[in-house]
Amino acid sequence: MAEFLQFASGFVSAMVVLGMVRIVRGPTRADRMMAAQLLGTGGIAALLLRSDITDTPSVIDVALVLALLAAFASVAFVVKGAREASGEPEASE
Amino acid sequence: MTSDIILDCILAALVLAVGCWVIVVRDSFAAAVGFVAYGLLLTLVWVRLDAIDVALMEGAIGSGLTGALLLRASSRLGAKEQSTAAEQPGVMLRTVAALLSVIVAAMLATAVLYLPDPAPTLAPEAAANASATGMANPVTNVLMAFRAMDTMLEKVVLLVALAGVWSLARDRYWGGRPGPRFRSDPKDPLALLAQTLPPLGIVVGIYMLWEGADAPGGAFQGGTIIAAMWLLAVIAGLTDTPPVSNRRVRLALIAGPLLFLIVGFGGLWLGEAFLAYPVAYAKPLLLVIEFAMTLTVAVTLGLLIVGPPEREGAP
Amino acid sequence: MISVADIFTVIAVSAGAFFFMAGSVGLLRFPDTLTRLHALTKADNLGLGLVVLGLMPRAGGLLAALKLASVWLLVLFTGAAVSQLIARAARDGDQDDE
Repeated sequence: MAEFLQFASGFVSAMVVLGMVRIVRGPTRADRMMAAQLLGTGGIAALLLRSDITDTPSVIDVALVLALLAAFASVAFVVKGAREASGEPEASE
Repeated sequence: MTSDIILDCILAALVLAVGCWVIVVRDSFAAAVGFVAYGLLLTLVWVRLDAIDVALMEGAIGSGLTGALLLRASSRLGAKEQSTAAEQPGVMLRTVAALLSVIVAAMLATAVLYLPDPAPTLAPEAAANASATGMANPVTNVLMAFRAMDTMLEKVVLLVALAGVWSLARDRYWGGRPGPRFRSDPKDPLALLAQTLPPLGIVVGIYMLWEGADAPGGAFQGGTIIAAMWLLAVIAGLTDTPPVSNRRVRLALIAGPLLFLIVGFGGLWLGEAFLAYPVAYAKPLLLVIEFAMTLTVAVTLGLLIVGPPEREGAP
Repeated sequence: MISVADIFTVIAVSAGAFFFMAGSVGLLRFPDTLTRLHALTKADNLGLGLVVLGLMPRAGGLLAALKLASVWLLVLFTGAAVSQLIARAARDGDQDDE
């Protein structure tokens, strides 16, 4: 069972790597904004699997923090990355 | 187990690749996104190294908050980004910089590779003396008891950094509100997020603080999460940044280090040494200090990210 | 001796990993930002849910299992809201070019 979970954790991580190619290539800003979503979800899955493999429940706390902060990072991406008149939050100096 | 090694190689290669990309890419927004990705990957690395406390910090500060800081800087560059990127230092300067970097990296590598085996460490003593404070988490013990002086001074350093950030304000805005006023649209999913997430986040933050006694966690992690939740509310326009001259804000900023100092001098006065905790009261004292520190860390980090005052502060 | 719980875990986690793969392949191969966003959020969240489902029988007690489920619910909720925001940014951004 441990080997299987180990393999699953590695597989999920490999899928995250695959997704990162889009982040690097993605022509528009919106493509890059998905980085936090991808890494957040994938990272949490890998962490939860790891918590089971190594039998350390505190890793679930790391996953929890990651969930919150990935959401926060995504919001920061969207708000700071949008350029339009409707979304221009910075007061021009 | 070979699958372990393969996983480590994938992770290490990815961290290096993302790191290189962040430096090489032209668009500063892409670089900021890459930096957040880098931080999230480092969190996985720390977990792999069994450093859960550090992993918590990396996930909270290293990727989330620092990413927000970089994004803010990137969006401020705005139109000037092209001209800034076009300014390149000369070949001579770049070669010297490259040489210096290689030398430092080589020195670090030698130091790590030639560490005596077993490496000198105080970890066993720290773990063995956990009974002094009654808390099971050795990291918290080191931070709050054995090296409490360092922790206290770190908080003071944070305050000084904040004062430095505030000093960037224009004269007429001194004491005013930091950052722009974000507009809020009640039908926006952002408003929904900013209304539901902060209560959850605050609970998680306090949970982190409480867990820090016996499991990975602590005041800093808890405070960082709470700061991120406040920033979320600010970005969504649900709340405005307070003017930095606000008395309560300033009180919250000094609460942590002040309490630390009071306890420290109390230890001196009661006989033993600066920051010596009377053994019977060690745990309650530490908890009180940690509560104050969480508040201070949350307010300080939040204010550091929103930046110097930019608007008149109507109190 | 392989128990029913173990078989359940293997099936659920495998399905979860499959959906992660689907999400990443979609992210890579779909022609448009919005379709990629769709692939990412839906498939990855489902994959995470299946992984959490698979890990729940192995969690140490009811509280731990609830914690796992709450992590997934949190990700689900934030993912839903954030994907709306990213989609809007993608739509607005299409009007000016990069």
